[in-house]
This record gives sequence, structure tokens and C-alpha cells, in this order.
Amino acid sequence: MPDKKDVTNAIGLTRADYRGKRSTLCPGCGHNTISAQIIMALFEMGIPPEKVVKFSGIGCSSKSPTYFLGQSFGFNGLHGRMPSLALGAAFADTTMKIIGVSGDGDTASIGLGQFKHLIRRNLPMVYIVENNGVYGLTKGQFSATAERGLELKHQGVNPFIPIDIAKEALIGNASFVARSFAGDSKQVRELLKAAFSHRGTAVLDIISPCVSFNNREDTLHSYQWGRQHQAPLHDISYVPRRKAIMLEEFKEGETKEVTMHDGSMVILKKLDQDFDPTDKWQALKVLEDAERNNYLITGLVYVNPEQPSLYDYLDLVQEPLNRIKSGALRPAPETLEKINQAMY
Amino acid sequence: MVKDNDTGDIKTRGEEMKINDFCMTICTVNGSGSATANNTLLRAMFHMGIPVSGKNIFPSNIKGLPTWFSIRASKDGYIGRVAHDDIIVLMNPGTFSSDIDYNVPGGVVFYADHIQIPVDREDVIVYPMPVKDIIKEAGVPRNLQDYMENMVYVGVVAEIMGIGLDYIHNALLFQFRKKTSVAESNFEIVKMAADWANNNLEKRDRYQVEVMAPLDDYIMTDGNTAGALGAIYGGFQFCGWYPITPASSMIESLITFAPRLRKNPETNKNDFAIVQAEDELAAIGMVVGAGWGGLRAMTSTSGPGISLMAEYMSMAYFAEVPLVLWDVQRVGPSTGLPTRTAQGDINLNYFLGHGDTQHIVLIPSSVTECFEFGWKAFDIAEKYQTPVILLSDLDLGMNLWITKRFEYPNQPIDRGKILWEEELERFPQEFGRYKDVDGDGVPYRTVMGNTHEKAPYFTRGTGHDELGNYSERPEDWQRMLDRIKQKIEYSREDLPQPEIREFNSARIGLIAMGSTEPALIEAQDKLAELGIQTDFLKVRALPLSDKVREFIKQHDRNYVLELNRDGQLHQLLVIDYCDMTDRLISLSYIDGLPMTADWIIKSVSEKEHKYHA
Repeated sequence: MPDKKDVTNAIGLTRADYRGKRSTLCPGCGHNTISAQIIMALFEMGIPPEKVVKFSGIGCSSKSPTYFLGQSFGFNGLHGRMPSLALGAAFADTTMKIIGVSGDGDTASIGLGQFKHLIRRNLPMVYIVENNGVYGLTKGQFSATAERGLELKHQGVNPFIPIDIAKEALIGNASFVARSFAGDSKQVRELLKAAFSHRGTAVLDIISPCVSFNNREDTLHSYQWGRQHQAPLHDISYVPRRKAIMLEEFKEGETKEVTMHDGSMVILKKLDQDFDPTDKWQALKVLEDAERNNYLITGLVYVNPEQPSLYDYLDLVQEPLNRIKSGALRPAPETLEKINQAMY
Repeated sequence: MVKDNDTGDIKTRGEEMKINDFCMTICTVNGSGSATANNTLLRAMFHMGIPVSGKNIFPSNIKGLPTWFSIRASKDGYIGRVAHDDIIVLMNPGTFSSDIDYNVPGGVVFYADHIQIPVDREDVIVYPMPVKDIIKEAGVPRNLQDYMENMVYVGVVAEIMGIGLDYIHNALLFQFRKKTSVAESNFEIVKMAADWANNNLEKRDRYQVEVMAPLDDYIMTDGNTAGALGAIYGGFQFCGWYPITPASSMIESLITFAPRLRKNPETNKNDFAIVQAEDELAAIGMVVGAGWGGLRAMTSTSGPGISLMAEYMSMAYFAEVPLVLWDVQRVGPSTGLPTRTAQGDINLNYFLGHGDTQHIVLIPSSVTECFEFGWKAFDIAEKYQTPVILLSDLDLGMNLWITKRFEYPNQPIDRGKILWEEELERFPQEFGRYKDVDGDGVPYRTVMGNTHEKAPYFTRGTGHDELGNYSERPEDWQRMLDRIKQKIEYSREDLPQPEIREFNSARIGLIAMGSTEPALIEAQDKLAELGIQTDFLKVRALPLSDKVREFIKQHDRNYVLELNRDGQLHQLLVIDYCDMTDRLISLSYIDGLPMTADWIIKSVSEKEHKYHA
């Protein structure tokens, strides 16, 4: 058996080819786990790093794109305004896979407007919220996803009802909504693969504990609480298109399959309940039930692989716009003559 | 026309006929459809060869508030605003009495005769117009009556002033484009009104329109349309925008023209994208993203939008992202006067953003320049890898102007120092996004999608070194910011240069920018007639060319004239030429209306008399 580091994927790359710079986040930070799973997911899918482009906003989470995919272009934008940045850049080359990393401070406060408008436009991209309920980089203030009653060292007790990012996404008609937990690497990875296969905005709200400022065992965004209260909706496996034959491994009646836009499949193995992630009512209900009963629901909450994306509304040429030759961008002289005549 | 002080009679017809030289203001209610009628009169006179301009003074409102449309006709080619009216057309009972006050003695009043308000001035000539009667007689359907009423004044004014009905007919066909039958039904009303005037009114005033040599080299349009066309011929590829008066019509023109001019001839697909954002924060975010991705990206907004865009503009400056941003200025501070004009954003734009920022700003002064700078801005932005701001204003952007025909770009599109796979393969040294390879402060750049292994880098608004890596090292920060300053400095003599309109050895200079140019030219000529000879320098870009320094040095006193309270252009000149501040005199004001030559003449003469006293 070859050494793990020598294993190559379908396009002949090793895992190292997907790595970035060494993380400067705190040891044990949930965000590092997520970065590692991004690397694994893209490596296993065999997506070339040069076909991926990374975006982020401001905060600890938004620093993380430096720590994966060193061979991809990336842009660390402004607080809460990564969606607009990514959207503009997307038109430069619509064949690129876009990954955006945000946090709860970045998405649920100043970024709430851009987040919901991104969803509304359904730009094909993976939108990860590394959700820890606290501002890390400014050292421990409440974020808008902090639960009511949370007590922080210099902040006192949070009196406000939290914003639920997955619910916001669902109500905003997102075409892909998942919730996960950084402590569940396998689920994060499989959800990421599904998200990269989705033609639309794929929202992943991942509880990602902050070991420095909000990891007390009784608080909602801590490792321990997550481990004790996680209730997966299903056991999720991603099956790439070329391996569709693997389906036979699953027994009929025990699984639900979702065919993604690119022909790949998401196999959802039934656990305690019958859950259909294409049913928005059910999706809302499980999120609401989880909140009322104080447990962490995780998995693919909702998906609609066929919802039209932003690209479908704009009748674009196939060639990447940023590769169009200069000469082709300027209309011919006789057209200006006509315009002059029409304005006389 | 003058009032005879001895007899109190008004002198009718006489030796003093004023041919092609007047200001006519049409006073209506907004939302009544008068724009078509007003533009018809304007275009008809333009087709007669008369230099004209049309200024729409309108409220921030959709329907029911007063609005004014002023047509300046000038055989001498002066098309700036004048503060008084020679002729007024009164269609709005609400402002009837106050509108009359703007009329000069000997002026003319056309009024809709169903307005039962007495004209309380004896020094003007009054022509009633039976608007309702003519509409009734024509049998206009009830739902169109309000609109058609406007055609009555077109007919009466045309008949009394001497505007040929053929010209009106052509102008109507222009207005309604392909809807010939609509044009014809409007023209029927015009003819009836003209007939009525011919049979019932005797011309008693001294204003007359006569045909001049055709203005063949000119077209008539607005600056926002021109800016949009400039962008299209400049190869724009992405526009993210958010509606705001007075900038929206630029993007609406883009939406109209781009699909006609910029479809791939083979596939009939678009080679551009236009996205309406949720706000200006997102609009500029999209544009920064697209510019970074290697697209020619633009947006258009006004003062409040610029305020919101400041943070991303600061980032674009520091991360060196090319983009084009139009500020069609309105009156600030705050929400201000959204439908009035100003030159109050120049300092905001030049230094837009926190920290040390300084942007390249282009300042078109005519509709033609809106087109020219519109395409040039993309070349400049990509050449210097920085945002380029275009400073227009409501007067230039939304009003109709006669202007020189658009000239096809005289240089090919310049994408600047961009490296694709082949160029990168041949690149003589290690690629670093922020390395000053050529010593001109402008580094080389790669964009997403470039598959060469040396191409990718990480862009950030935080401190970075030549390779784009995060850095907090003091020397990295200083070197990076100094290099960016250097490249902007190098642009000074490369941007549109100032234009100088000279008299022989004048000792007095006039310095201005943008849409006030027509008022400046008129004032310069008339000041000379009063014995005050001046040279006029028009600033067309920031940072300033050294030619401005030379100009200031050559003149004992330089009056800096602008439409804002604090003399912002003057402030910028003082920063650059602190050794010559005694030669710089600020003359500025802001009331929401375009600058007049009369104000310039009065302000400059007063100052000059003081110097000579």
C-alpha cells in the first residue's frame, strides 16, 4: 500500500497539490478542519486547482482561504461583501468553480443583505459559513448567531434571539442548504462534494467551534455540545458520475438518491426518520424542531438541482469573457456612423 | 423690446428684432408628457441650424409638481444657462404668477387661456392659447388629452416664432421613432394650433427664429447616453449598478445599446453582462470582482452612492484593481437636491477611501467628451491598474446638448500589462503580482482562469509583499504604498490634458472644469468686450498636468470658478501649487442650477475693479 502522500487522484495530483499556506488560526480551531475537508473533497473529486477560485470576507474564517488551494486564484474582500465580489468575478470565466468562505460575523450581520441577494440570484458557488457564534479576530464579542443567554467574558449575557443562517437561506429560496459540524469531517467532506456539483448557490452552515472565545461545553457552538447533540438527518455519500454503479451497494428503501445537475449523485442513507431534502416544508420543519428541542440537526437540508442559475438569465457567449480578444470588444466604425445619424 | 418710460407703451416691432437669440422657458407640471413637446421644439430649432441647449429643471417627484424646460437659442453659439427668460410658455396654473417674474421687460408670455389668472405685468407681450378648445375640436380621446395639450403650444410657438412646420414634423418623427401614426396624430394638433395662431394672433414681439447654416458636424443627445456608448466602444464587459438620480439613465442606455452593438456575430450571444445590484455596496463589489477577473468593468452612480462605495474603492486602489466609476453629480451634502446639478464631489472622489488614497479622475465638459473619456477610461484603468473615476453632473448627464459628432476611437484597446499563459511562459523572471519590473510603478498582473502554474496569487486588502503574501513588515508597507503613488504620479501628463482658450497676452486666468464650459466661454468673450481680457484653462483630469502650473504662473490672477460652496477645485490647486496661492482666487457658489455667464462676468468684474481701485 502506497504512502498516503503519494496517492494521486484521477488527474494525477497528490493531496499536497491542493494544500495552501500553513494556518495561522488557533490550534484546534474548527475552521482548520473545514479547510482540510475542502482539500480532501477537491482532491477526491479530481478538480484541478486552477479551475477553482476562492473568495472570502473579513474575520478568522475569511483568512482561511490562504490555507488551502495555494495553486488557485483568491481574493480576500471586504466585511460581508464577498458575495458581490464573487459574483462580479464569476463573469470573467463561468467555467470556474467558486468557493466562498465566510463566518457568522461576516454573513449574519453586515453581510446578511448580500448573502440573501446572492441566494436570490443563485450564482453557482459553494458558500461556506464557518459559524462559531462569536467574533474571534476582534477577541470575543457576540455575533448575530450567538444563542440567547450566552455569556461571554467581557460581554455579559446575550439578550437577543439568534439568526439561523440555514433558515435564512431556505426562506430566501436557496437551491442548496446544508448544516454540518466541524467535528464531523466525513459529513463535511461529502456535503462539500455535493455542493461543488451543484449548479447554484450551495449554502453550508457549518458549526465550527472557536476554541479561544466560545467553546464552553454547555454552549451551542462548542465541540462538546455539538458532539452530544448532533442529530444527522442521514448518512450522506457522494457518488461521482463515473462511479454510478456503486449504487448497488445500497439497499433499496433504505436510501434516498438525489441526482445533481452534473449527473453525480448524493446517496442519503436513512437514519431515524424518513427525510426528503427536496421537500422545503420538511426542511423548514426539521430546522424548527431542532431549535425548539435543542439539538443540532446536520446533513443536506434542502436541494433543488434544477433551479435556474444566474448564468441562465444572461445569454452569454461560451468563451470565457476575460479571454475575448480586444479587437472583438469594440463595435465596427460603421455602427458609430449610424448612431451619429440617429442622433442628428 | 423695451418699455418706453415716457408713455408706458410697449414698442412693438422695430429695428431691434432679436434673431436666434433668446431663452424660452416652458412651465408645466411634471408627468404631463411635456418632455416630448419640449424636445420637439428644441430639435426643430437644431435642425434649422441654430445652436440650442435644453435644460430640464425638474422636481424629485413623479407626477404633479412644477417643472421647467428652458431652451437657449444663440446665433453666437452660447449654450450655457441664462437666469432670465425672454419667452415663457405658461401651462401650469400653480406657478403662473411667479414664473412671470422671470420674464425680461419686453418679453413674451404664451399662456393656456383656461388658466384664469390675470397677467399683472404691462411690460410683456401676451399671447393666449385656446388649448382646451383646440383639443376638443380635434376630438382627441380623453386619455390622451393631457399629453396632446402640449402640442398646442408647440404649434402656437412655432407659428409666432417662425419655426417651420416641416422642422416640427421631422422632430416629431424623430421623437416617436417607428410610431409614425402617433407622430402624425400629434402633428395634426400642431397644425391646428399653428393655423389658429395664424388667423387669430398678430405678432407683436421682437423674437424671431430664422434658418442658419446646417449644424452638420453636430448631434443632439445627453451625456449619460454618450457615456454609455463610450463604454460600449471601450469594450466594457461587466456593469453592476444600482438606480440613483441622475445616474440611472446611463445604465439604461447601456441596457438599450449594448445588446444591439455587442452580440457575438456568429452565436448572437452577449459578450457582456449587466447586473442590477441590491445597493451601491454590492454594485462596486461586483465591479471590483469583475475588474480583478480581467473584465472591463464599470458602474455609474451619484454622490450618495459614491459615499457607499468608498470602502471598496479604497481596496481597489490598494489591491490595484482596474475599474471605471462614473459619478453623475447632484447636489449634496446628504440627500441634498437629487434633481439639481453641482460640482461638489471632486474632493470626495479624488481622495475616496480611508488611508492615503488618490484616484485618477477624468472630467468631461461636453457630451462628446463623455463619449471620448467613456472609452479612454478603460484603457487608463487597465494601463495603471487602478480605478478611474469619471466626474460628470446632472446638467451634462441628463440635459440635451448639441455636441460634436462622436469620433471613433483613434487608438486600439490597450489592456495594459496582463499576462496569459504564453506571455507568462516567456516572462524573463519570477512572476510576482506586485513587482515593479519596469520601474514605472505598474506591475504585471494575471487573472483567474490562467492555468499557468506561475499565475495564481492571492489578492487582499491587507498589507502584502511583491508576491501578494500577507506582510506586516514596515518596509513592505511603505514600499508598496510609495510605488502606488508613483504610478499615479506618472499618469499626470498621460491623462487628457487641460485645454486653454487664449486671448493675446491676457494677465488674468480663468480656471474651471466640466459642464460649466459653455458659461465660461460666453463670459470670457463678454468680459473681453468689457475690457477684461482673460485666458481660460479647462481642467480635464486629476492628478493635474504641469500645464496647469505653467498657466497659473503666466497669469497675475487666476479665478477658479466652480459649482460648489467651498471652492473644491481651488483647494486642489492650492495643494499642488502651494507656492502660488496668491495667484489663485476662488469664485464658487451652489444653488442647484447650472452656472451662468452673467454670474461669472459679475463676479470677475467686481474682483477686478477692486484690484484696480
